Amino acid sequence: MTAATATAPRPAPPRAPGHADEAPFTGTVRLARHVLRRDRVRIPVWALSISGLIGYFSAVLPIAYPDPAALQARAAIMKDPSGAFMTGPGYGLDDYTFGRLLANEMVGMLAVATALMSIFLVVRHTRAEEETGRAELVRAGVVGRHAPLTAALLDVLVANVVVTAAFAAVMVASDLDAPDSLAVSVAIGVVGLVFGAVAAVTAQLAEHSRSASGMAGAALGLAYVLRGVGDARQLGGSALSWASPIGWAQQTRAFVDLRWWPLLLCVALAVALTALAYVLAGRRDVGAGLVPARAGRADARPGLLGVAGLSARMERGSVVGWAIGLVVFAVLTGSMGQGIVESFEDQPQLAEIFGGAGEGDILRGTLASFLGFFAMAVAVYVVIAVNRLRREEDEGRTAAVLATGVSRARWLGGSLLVTGAAATLLLAVSGLALGAGAGASVGDSSLAGQFALAALVYVPVVWCFMGLAVLALGARVAPGWVWLVLIASIIVGMYGPMMELPDAVLDAAPFGLVPLVPSEDPAALPLILMVGVAAALAGLAAAAFRRRDLTA
Amino acid sequence: MNPVIDVRALTKSFGSVRALDALDLVVEPGEVHGFLGPNGAGKSTAIRVLLGLLRADAGQVRLFGGDPWADAVDLHHRLAYVPGDVNLWPKLTGGEAIDLFCSLRGSVDPRRKADLLERFDLDPTKKTRTYSKGNRQKVALVAALASDVELLVLDEPTSGLDPLMELVFQQCVTEAVASGTTVLLSSHILAEVEKLCDRVTIIRAGTAVQSGTLAELRHLTRSTVAVSCTADPTSVAGMPGVHDAVRDGAALRFTVDEEAMPAVMRALAALDIVSLTVTPPTLEELFVHHYGDALPAAPAGGAR
Repeated sequence: MTAATATAPRPAPPRAPGHADEAPFTGTVRLARHVLRRDRVRIPVWALSISGLIGYFSAVLPIAYPDPAALQARAAIMKDPSGAFMTGPGYGLDDYTFGRLLANEMVGMLAVATALMSIFLVVRHTRAEEETGRAELVRAGVVGRHAPLTAALLDVLVANVVVTAAFAAVMVASDLDAPDSLAVSVAIGVVGLVFGAVAAVTAQLAEHSRSASGMAGAALGLAYVLRGVGDARQLGGSALSWASPIGWAQQTRAFVDLRWWPLLLCVALAVALTALAYVLAGRRDVGAGLVPARAGRADARPGLLGVAGLSARMERGSVVGWAIGLVVFAVLTGSMGQGIVESFEDQPQLAEIFGGAGEGDILRGTLASFLGFFAMAVAVYVVIAVNRLRREEDEGRTAAVLATGVSRARWLGGSLLVTGAAATLLLAVSGLALGAGAGASVGDSSLAGQFALAALVYVPVVWCFMGLAVLALGARVAPGWVWLVLIASIIVGMYGPMMELPDAVLDAAPFGLVPLVPSEDPAALPLILMVGVAAALAGLAAAAFRRRDLTA
Repeated sequence: MNPVIDVRALTKSFGSVRALDALDLVVEPGEVHGFLGPNGAGKSTAIRVLLGLLRADAGQVRLFGGDPWADAVDLHHRLAYVPGDVNLWPKLTGGEAIDLFCSLRGSVDPRRKADLLERFDLDPTKKTRTYSKGNRQKVALVAALASDVELLVLDEPTSGLDPLMELVFQQCVTEAVASGTTVLLSSHILAEVEKLCDRVTIIRAGTAVQSGTLAELRHLTRSTVAVSCTADPTSVAGMPGVHDAVRDGAALRFTVDEEAMPAVMRALAALDIVSLTVTPPTLEELFVHHYGDALPAAPAGGAR
């Protein structure tokens, strides 16, 4: 550890071999412990979320597909090129089982989840640390040049091992074959490692953590599309499927004819990328990137210049994120459409629980009740979006805006306009995707448009939650109360029927007030009343906000 | 002419903490008014009341003759504000943030913006999340100075700037004042206030303890004299109005009251001066004078 390591310009000068061997890694163990400690909550949360997803599907799928025939109907969809594009290469479609379904349809999605986890973790401990200047402080200590990167990679290794173990445990607990379950779990873990290594490389290239995550995320998207096109071309995958690490993870043929060796490709790629990251890391200064940061705009577009424009700019990223998440879930949910139809034909008593009006269109009734779940998610979005304004205020940005010629009412109104519009958009997109997924499944293209419109009946109730959140902001009441009301509404809305709550309670709960469009006629009165409530809440909020001191 | 800012007996409490206690502050049109006080004295709270961000508990607050709480929006078109701790939207570039502030206040003058960006040496294409504190402050300063306003409210605007940029800032303020702008400058950087301000209000624990021109305030303290003479100057130490005399090798160091200065100078001239430095009272000494309870050496002035 001399000046030569700390300031290493361009290609590092050749050094005495004995010295170079250990010095760059000095302090790795201590740093790794620190990094793992920082992630002691994060890693278990990822592991629980990813394995919880399988727990959820293993509970839901037997309801949607109660017998082999129903599963076979789903397999038929996956044979279709568009089905294969979304999911996997389609091994074992001729005799579909839960295990095969999971290996074929879920591995790709779960691998994306572990890849995202790995990208975020690596960037968080490398480029983000350099960006904030903390890395400089660390490197000024008795810490080798490669120690921070090594610590981050160890962290990501631990994270993927934890996820793999948790996932394998849940699968085995779901009565699936142990070796194949292990293969599926290891597959998503090694894809995580590959993209952790990708992020280790992009963290050397980009100067800012967001660009580093963005570049790695783009590589992930490319990998998913490559295998999608490859799988769509040919059952069992084609050359393009083999050009993608996610494709390798899906080529283990788990639960059909297990082979492990494709996973070695992932391991080899991860090792090669890691080596590349070390080489690149040795060629640059602390804090610098190999690819210079792109300059932004020196002048604002006219669209930004206003309270609503500013708010839209702040919300844009998160709205896109929510839209992608909702669309994926809505399409997947909708794609169960055919299975739902068939299972309800077999078990008419289920139809009643889901509110299908017996003789009426069971599929529409079921999907209409699913729409409510998406409305709940959008309600969560609006509360988060309104609570962002609290942070704006606490960090002094609201004061800076209100010190210009902007009134408090205009500031609140402009922000609400954006959040309200975004909520409407998210609802429409969810409905569209749910209808499109179901439409593809049962071959009825009119469903997409119908559900996009139907989803809009939830706009008033979502606006009510926005009004509640903004009232809490205006009066500066703790946001916990809003969450309490929302979560209680969601629990009553989702599990109320199962808990056999009285009908009066179910109907009076916010999400229960909304008519189940399109299977029911949209009753105008409750919707108009809810819009009125939302407007009244917003008005009260503005009045309360007008009366109080700013926090900062 | 009516004062631009007219604050009488302003009181503001946060819970049981009294942040402002019967504060008086008067700023006349066209002047640069220094608002001096240590951290926590209530400078920012007073400014935030003036901006209508906080509501006064008691007292009278007039800004351009209007009520800053009730008429906030109208009044804000006539002023620009630079907070002490500038927080910007991390997703915007510096240039975008400047345009946003200017347009929310009135309109953007691209020529003025470009000129100020160059003088403050600020790259407007960088995202504000990558800016240092000084650069964030430059964004707020450029946005304020590029706006065509009657009053600049500057809350410790140079705390993150390097000395070169402080100089640019001082020039810009001087130019603004030359064109008729009134400035309220809160600071604890005394040299800056000495350079820029016509009048000063010193605030302590929420109360204005002194207000007046710098010359008036200097009367409150003594100049420091360091002198060495061919003859022994010790006799001067006994003269009326001379205090704290200390021998420092051949030199004598002492402080002297303003009114005793002529007599002391005559006496020193007779002793054949070899070297002489007279340091006018600095605002540091004013501070010590007003906040110096902790300093036993300070004379017991009527600070309260």
